[in-house]
Amino acid sequence: MSFAIKKQGDVCIVDVEGQLIVGNRQELKQKVLDEIERGERKFLVDFSQTGYIDSSGLGVLVSLSKKIREAGGELRLANLNDDLKTLFELTKLDTLFHIASNRDEALKNL
Amino acid sequence: MSEPADHASLDTVFDESGFPLDVRIPSDLRYIERIVGVVTRSCAALAFPARACNLQVPVALTEALSNAILYGNREDVTKGVRVRAEVSERALVMEVGDEGGGFDYRACLHDPTDPGQLEREDGRGLFLMSRLMDRVECFTDGGHVVRLTLHRR
Repeated sequence: MSFAIKKQGDVCIVDVEGQLIVGNRQELKQKVLDEIERGERKFLVDFSQTGYIDSSGLGVLVSLSKKIREAGGELRLANLNDDLKTLFELTKLDTLFHIASNRDEALKNL
Repeated sequence: MSEPADHASLDTVFDESGFPLDVRIPSDLRYIERIVGVVTRSCAALAFPARACNLQVPVALTEALSNAILYGNREDVTKGVRVRAEVSERALVMEVGDEGGGFDYRACLHDPTDPGQLEREDGRGLFLMSRLMDRVECFTDGGHVVRLTLHRR
């Protein structure tokens, strides 16, 4: 499991490879906070290579979304498989996040 | 079920185990993914539906394990977490036991989808277990145990 951050234009794209769970959520949080500190404001988290997410992983996404918004930026999500979509729907977090079906759609007007 | 495997034999458990599973892991979050992998691979081998293997079992079991390690045993590495799992014709039953004092499951269960709760970082673990499993039970058996049941369909 790892998190790779790449820049595309002025957007930071975060690839979540493997699980986003209690054991590694702090690593993701710190990486994104470091980017905010460096002045980045636009973020896209890509879940195309993600297995599953637990409540701690969801919580980190909620926390980061709030911090990015407070800094005047935006966090979007893309490429959730059907199981991950179900997880966001169950928790109603699909109403909190901008969730795009793919990376190109997520990058539009970001 | 037989006596649980101890820490020293965990690699064998992770490599070879199927059901019934009975193992004691240290109170260390790094073990969660490996135990969840053992259980979900075994479920897949027994033709459980993809949703059970990819969502219901891994998420619910991760929640029970992280609660046991973080809150039950407070990450005290001298304390263990016992994980049991077995399958019958009717259901998968998983038990996660810690050495803590336990908690009132019903009292702690709240609705994180309430608009006022939606932006909270925590508080979704018990909710997810209850929504993803057919039954969640908590009881005392020489420690605090959470039993998760998922019926075969």
